[in-house]
Amino acid sequence: MTEISPADVAVPVVLRVNGTDHRVSAEPRRTLADTLREECGLTGTHLGCEHGVCGACTVLLDGEPVRSCLLFAVQAQGAEIRTVEGLAGDDGTLHPLQEAFWRHHGLQCGFCTPGFLMLSTGVLETRPDIGDDELREALSSNLCRCTGYQTIVEAVRSVRDAAGA
Amino acid sequence: MSWVGRSIRRVEDPTLLRGVGMFVGDIGGAAAVRFVRSPVASGLIGAVRGPAYTIEDLDADGVGNIEAVLHRPDYVRLAQPLLARERVRYVGEPVAVVVGDTAAEAEDLAEQVELDIEPGPAAVGIDGALAPGAPLVHPDESDSNVMVAGEMATPGLAEALDRAHAVVDLETVSGRQAALPLEARGSHAVTERFGGRTTLHASIQAPHMVRTVICDLLGMPEADLRVVAPDVGGAFGQKLPLAREDAIVVWLSRRLGRPVAWIEDRSENLMASWHSREQRYRLRGGFDAGAHLEALQADVVANVGAWPCYPITWGVEPLMALAELPGPYTPEHYGVRSRGVASHTCPMSPYRGVSRPAITLALERLMDIAAARLGIDPVEIRRRNLQSEFPHTSPTGLRHDEGTYREAMEMAVRHVDLGAFRSRQQTARAAGGSQPGIGICTFSERTGYGTPAFAARAMGVTPGYENVELSMDPSGYVTARIGASPHGQGLETALSQIVADEVGTDPGRVRVVASDTDRTPYGWGSFASRAMVLAGGATYLAAQQLATQLGSVAAEVLEAAADDIFLADGRATVAGTSVGVEIAELARIAHHHTQRLPDGAAPGLSAQAGYDPAGTFSNACHVAEVEVDPDTGGVSVRRFVVVEDAGRLINPMIADGQIRGGVAQGIANALLEEVVYDEDGNILTTSLMDYLPPTVAEIPDIEIMHLETLSDATVTGAKGLGEGGTIGAPAAVLNAVNDALAHLGVELNEMPATPERVREAVRTATGTPAG
Repeated sequence: MTEISPADVAVPVVLRVNGTDHRVSAEPRRTLADTLREECGLTGTHLGCEHGVCGACTVLLDGEPVRSCLLFAVQAQGAEIRTVEGLAGDDGTLHPLQEAFWRHHGLQCGFCTPGFLMLSTGVLETRPDIGDDELREALSSNLCRCTGYQTIVEAVRSVRDAAGA
Repeated sequence: MSWVGRSIRRVEDPTLLRGVGMFVGDIGGAAAVRFVRSPVASGLIGAVRGPAYTIEDLDADGVGNIEAVLHRPDYVRLAQPLLARERVRYVGEPVAVVVGDTAAEAEDLAEQVELDIEPGPAAVGIDGALAPGAPLVHPDESDSNVMVAGEMATPGLAEALDRAHAVVDLETVSGRQAALPLEARGSHAVTERFGGRTTLHASIQAPHMVRTVICDLLGMPEADLRVVAPDVGGAFGQKLPLAREDAIVVWLSRRLGRPVAWIEDRSENLMASWHSREQRYRLRGGFDAGAHLEALQADVVANVGAWPCYPITWGVEPLMALAELPGPYTPEHYGVRSRGVASHTCPMSPYRGVSRPAITLALERLMDIAAARLGIDPVEIRRRNLQSEFPHTSPTGLRHDEGTYREAMEMAVRHVDLGAFRSRQQTARAAGGSQPGIGICTFSERTGYGTPAFAARAMGVTPGYENVELSMDPSGYVTARIGASPHGQGLETALSQIVADEVGTDPGRVRVVASDTDRTPYGWGSFASRAMVLAGGATYLAAQQLATQLGSVAAEVLEAAADDIFLADGRATVAGTSVGVEIAELARIAHHHTQRLPDGAAPGLSAQAGYDPAGTFSNACHVAEVEVDPDTGGVSVRRFVVVEDAGRLINPMIADGQIRGGVAQGIANALLEEVVYDEDGNILTTSLMDYLPPTVAEIPDIEIMHLETLSDATVTGAKGLGEGGTIGAPAAVLNAVNDALAHLGVELNEMPATPERVREAVRTATGTPAG
């Protein structure tokens, strides 16, 4: 019997990421996170635990924050995927959340930052008037080891308040 | 206008915010390395079958052993192989290594490797390792598991305890914690096809030290290895010691002639990276009638795991406890025995605060228990005991420079309004249900360790100094090449502020180059709250030299005396006049028109400085307010106040960030995080479902106030504060939990104070208030 290696069962997948189609070949077992990082070259999506707890790999899938380490690339076909690389404007202007994280010192080592940015982008886009308590609850989805969270919360709140003003 | 003291935004941030930083796992283009790790805590290795490299391959290539040395008679010296040889000593110890084209293939290959291991008995936990007849971790080198044992006593200790008005005995326990950087460890090595030079990118804190030890192990000149720490996703001490895996990655890239990378997964990180803090303190405090701590006796044991860490060794936790235990207090008599005991568990490395969270827990519980016993307030007993005359020399000979131990506490207590809290507490006690509690913690944080401090440890290598090279290029921009290796602390920004003030430019014209052995002077890296003091001091000294050079060029150009030249806002100006010249123009002249320089002046603009102070002490007071549900054992932290004195603050925003992050880790230490082994040495906490770092739901906003006692022990007046949050928070929280339940007679001296432990303490409480 011929042995079948995992690579032999790779399937073609089209991923639409930040408005651009990426045609890649991915084994069915390949996660969306690995595919984004290694096939699409988008290494801003980080892997902190690979079991769905830390949220460093959070991306938006049709506007919803998801753990890209818990999804297979083949599941994301046909969806609009957004990653941290797509947040800034085409001219390089930082997204208001990126500006706010900078101004409020919402990052130190920066490893969790892409996940928090995508989580908070998803939260504010779907619930622009989210209350303080609900916002804290939403942000408790992700882990940060450096900041103690306070400045992350302040950053996101400031963007919410500015948009509502 | 001074740049130092301003909360300017960090220069590090835009890259990280855009997701275009470069962490080790982002480099790519390499074969994947996977380690095959021991599934048992203790055992003899038989055959290893499968497509793997083992210690025999390393031996065949003449790869050496790691020797983490302390020159002490009570220290057991070992030679540690890079892969397990003959026996395994903890679950997760690397036994073999495989290389696959992809990470998935490497995992598949690792699963094909069969390890024949004859399991043996395991020594687990402090009591398990110390028990008579305990299985020995290193039976060939030692007939006990005690690997280092320090002891000292001042004369008259026993008599002082005998004549004490009150003697308080206390046992405190700190659970085993993991530093848990969000980016696990990893390394990536490429060896040039011609010339054979290797470049290692690794997620580490001390690239120069790592280059030295890897070259020693592999028998290669340091000039042939470039070590780079790219963006590092948190470290907290866990990335300070040599990772054996990193040395193997270099060996594989040279042996195979292809790029290889090892990206640690979270399970490996929790199981087999480094752990910390498993310690037990038995204290006896002798207080006089005025509640002054006259005599302190301590027996300390740290479970240091299966192997020492290089270069710090497994003496770091027990010996720090020995040296620093009196903390901010002033016992005249002090005696201590402090042991590091090996066990069949993951090795220990320093983690933010090292022993001081546990030291502080022990001392601060002692103070609260003594206060209750003597019928005085926790604030009052500290008022009577904290250092107030400086410099203060501790019983172990440490010189404490000026601090504000009492002032910080008074400020914190005023801020929380203790009186109002106590009346709320009375109401809650009458009502039953969840109970509020308040806890105070005062502590010192020894920082800025230079060579003298490390030399006292008698390590095989003595870390210490930092070097900085500064140059101004012809465009007028300054490049600072530093030996320290920042990884999220904002050091680049802070150093640029120091340079800007001295050289009269703005921080946007300063570039800091770090973490690359090809581009920076030899230095020790970022750890032990030292970078601001050490690298900051060296930067300050080098910038002063650069300013002097600029001044002499300006004096020549402006036909003025060098002493009359002021550098500010990008210009060199003659004092009292508007006559001046752009600094950028001086930079052009210094490089391109050297005929205009004063006679004998060297061309260009560059300076080098080293800095190597003895060390300094920051101090702080933390106050925690908690709410404890006696029925569920659940604890939530409602309020947290910090009054910190870290000397001059270079960038207050960055300083506050360090404090907040540290406090969060300290709260986690107090309530949540614990590495757990079963009695056979199987680790039970290998995922983030079992090991519980806090989320935003568990961490309140931290209210921070500062005092600024400019240190005379450092050239910048800065003292360093990277670890303080982690040091003080556990004791503040434990004191608060005890305060909340004091009316039930609860005494809980073990952390983390998990719901299970709180319930146990409530169940076994005496029912009468402590004291």
